[in-house]
Amino acid sequence: MSVATQEATPAAATPAKTKNKRGPEHRPGLNRWLPYLLLAPAVLAELLIHIVPMLVGIWMSFVKLTKFYIANWSAAPSAGLDNYKVALDFNNAVGQALLKSFGVTVVFSLITVALSWVLGMAAAVALQPSFRGRSLLRTLFLVPYALPAYAGILTWNFMLQRDTGAVNHVLNQLHLSDGGTFWLIGGNALVSLITVATWKLWTFAFLTLMAGLQSIPHDLYEAASVDGAGNLRQWRNITLPSLRPVNLVLVLVLFLWTFSDFNTPYVLFGTAQPPAGDLITFHIYNASFLTWNFGTGAAMSVLLLIFLMIVTGIYLLVTGRRSRRA
Amino acid sequence: MRLRSLVAAVAATALGISLAACGGSDDKGGSSGGSSGGDQTLTYWASNQGTSLDNDKEVLTPVLQKFTQDTGIKVNLEVIGWNDLQTRIQTAITSGQAPDVVNIGNTWAASLQATDAFLPFDGDAMNAIGGKDKFVPTALATGGKEGTDPTSVPLYGLAYGLYYNKAMFAAAGLQPPKTWEDMVTAAKKLTNPAKNQWGMALAAGSYTENVHFAFINAAQNKADWFNGDGKPTFTGDGNVQGVLRYLDLMQKDKVANPSNAQYDNGTKSVNDFANKKVAMVINQNNADSSIVANGMKPGEYGVVPFPAPAGAEQVASHVAGINLSIFKNTKHKDAALKFVKYMTDANTQTTLGKPFSSLPVLKDAKPVFTTDAAEAATFQDVYNTKSKPLPLVPAEDQFESTVGKAMNSMFSKIATGGTVTADEVKAALKTAEDQVAASS
Repeated sequence: MSVATQEATPAAATPAKTKNKRGPEHRPGLNRWLPYLLLAPAVLAELLIHIVPMLVGIWMSFVKLTKFYIANWSAAPSAGLDNYKVALDFNNAVGQALLKSFGVTVVFSLITVALSWVLGMAAAVALQPSFRGRSLLRTLFLVPYALPAYAGILTWNFMLQRDTGAVNHVLNQLHLSDGGTFWLIGGNALVSLITVATWKLWTFAFLTLMAGLQSIPHDLYEAASVDGAGNLRQWRNITLPSLRPVNLVLVLVLFLWTFSDFNTPYVLFGTAQPPAGDLITFHIYNASFLTWNFGTGAAMSVLLLIFLMIVTGIYLLVTGRRSRRA
Repeated sequence: MRLRSLVAAVAATALGISLAACGGSDDKGGSSGGSSGGDQTLTYWASNQGTSLDNDKEVLTPVLQKFTQDTGIKVNLEVIGWNDLQTRIQTAITSGQAPDVVNIGNTWAASLQATDAFLPFDGDAMNAIGGKDKFVPTALATGGKEGTDPTSVPLYGLAYGLYYNKAMFAAAGLQPPKTWEDMVTAAKKLTNPAKNQWGMALAAGSYTENVHFAFINAAQNKADWFNGDGKPTFTGDGNVQGVLRYLDLMQKDKVANPSNAQYDNGTKSVNDFANKKVAMVINQNNADSSIVANGMKPGEYGVVPFPAPAGAEQVASHVAGINLSIFKNTKHKDAALKFVKYMTDANTQTTLGKPFSSLPVLKDAKPVFTTDAAEAATFQDVYNTKSKPLPLVPAEDQFESTVGKAMNSMFSKIATGGTVTADEVKAALKTAEDQVAASS
């Protein structure tokens, strides 16, 4: 990354130099170019940080970039569509594993987003009326968001250990289990993963929805309660429709984040990730870095990108059409 | 060159991984390379051998200072943990921003050789570091593919041994095991789940440890993991039975705590042994420092070779250890060769052997890592005569990750109450074989 910064600096410095020599007020033509000049560093950075890597990734997916060629990239022979064929051949071990990982990720994302949204909504609504200790609770709820992700997930890792973890100890004390449950291997790994991801994510939903709630005029609720509408009715007929624009964006963002979550499985499971917790980004990381086969890894990344673009496209199309109708 | 670095830097981002790998110190060395003699600085990436990264630094610094006094060549040291080392090397190869000299796990040697990023120790280079005859032949054999000039030379030697608690064995009237069957019988006798007392501890959640035992147990059955053409042969009967024999320590013999399925590194099982929760542990000789650090005294444990079943091949370990490699694109080739010669010199080996609990890689050297003469002799014997190198093929790294992770999953299944049959082991190994075949 240091290279990228070095590259960006001279380019970014150029407009500043021009500006110093002759002020903009002396050159009428500059007014037209000034917006572009001011945008240039951002565009350049965007190109370097997002667009170019993406294009390189796409290029990588079409070459045979294995350990035999990583020291000399330009010599890597073209693979045509072979990398994609390997990734999508579901009769083969690699394709099957990718498909399984994809399935796990879909289940994980749907449940995590749903839980995060429900929890976030419940907390935001509950903390809407003013009462003693409200700010304290709000602050408390934001703790998972304020904690560095690694520290938080690592703490969960300790708590979920079988013999020494707090979770098993508490369950045992409450006589809910014999205290010998494995949380980080076997089938329970998915439950643990969803719990930790939801714990990390729901505060963002809470924060966003809380902000959205502030913009709903209070008289609406007053009028509704005069008309005899109960809390649930008010929520369904006032809160939910008013928050619609917020929800549209929120759910999409939550889904995209969850689907491409890397930190949670990486920190929670380390190198011993169980099949039940094999999320797709982590799967791609292993496919590239453990086997040194960056071509196949890149092909999988491109497939993931295409999938997320299609989902996003359909989502925006469907919700957009409904908005126009409404 | 610049474009390639740029492309490499952005490509790493493309994969969504932030690699903290901008080995900046290289530039300094590069710029001073032009001025001959006087001001040469080598960048050296050392692996973690001591009790912590700082401990490694403390141990190595005086050794490197002596090298600077002798030759005038400065050495810029960075100690890298095992979780990062392979990725750091990968990134260094990919970007060309590499150190001059680097430590590698010797099992990676053939895989790294295939990248063509490392200097082959051909006739001249080998003579410059003191000639190949100074090394233990099996140790040097790990340096690269058979029949090629090695791209790495041995630095620290390690071997597996079966550590046993002398007091527990004496109390149960047991002798140190000579065969696999003895070991299982003893382990059963020393297991009492009600008291949380177990015969053995296994690092059953560590894929690197697991794959070593897949290899050793299969080797005892005379089974190989790759054929002469470098193609994987994972599903042979010897391989399946070897893997199953090791899994059965937890499954059928029930001499290991199911919690071991979560032990993702060897230190955890060694700590159980040092804390006297288990009677035996199979580990490499560098376990000594952890055992002593946990309060067990040297006389309280003994070591015998990891036993094979009666009548099987006497393989007790793979040839484990750390090798030294020089990056091909180094601007200080001569200085780097001098440094490798110094590090593999008899004096340096003696100095580092004790703090790092390593076996000497030199023919005539004596182990200095322990004061227990019997232990030293056992490990030396295992290393020199009962060890077999892991497959020296480019796909070795894939063998480690696929077979090792398959074993993790099978241990998980056993720990959570499932059973793993020979057919299931075979199916899992077949999947691993397909994965290796698909990406080679």
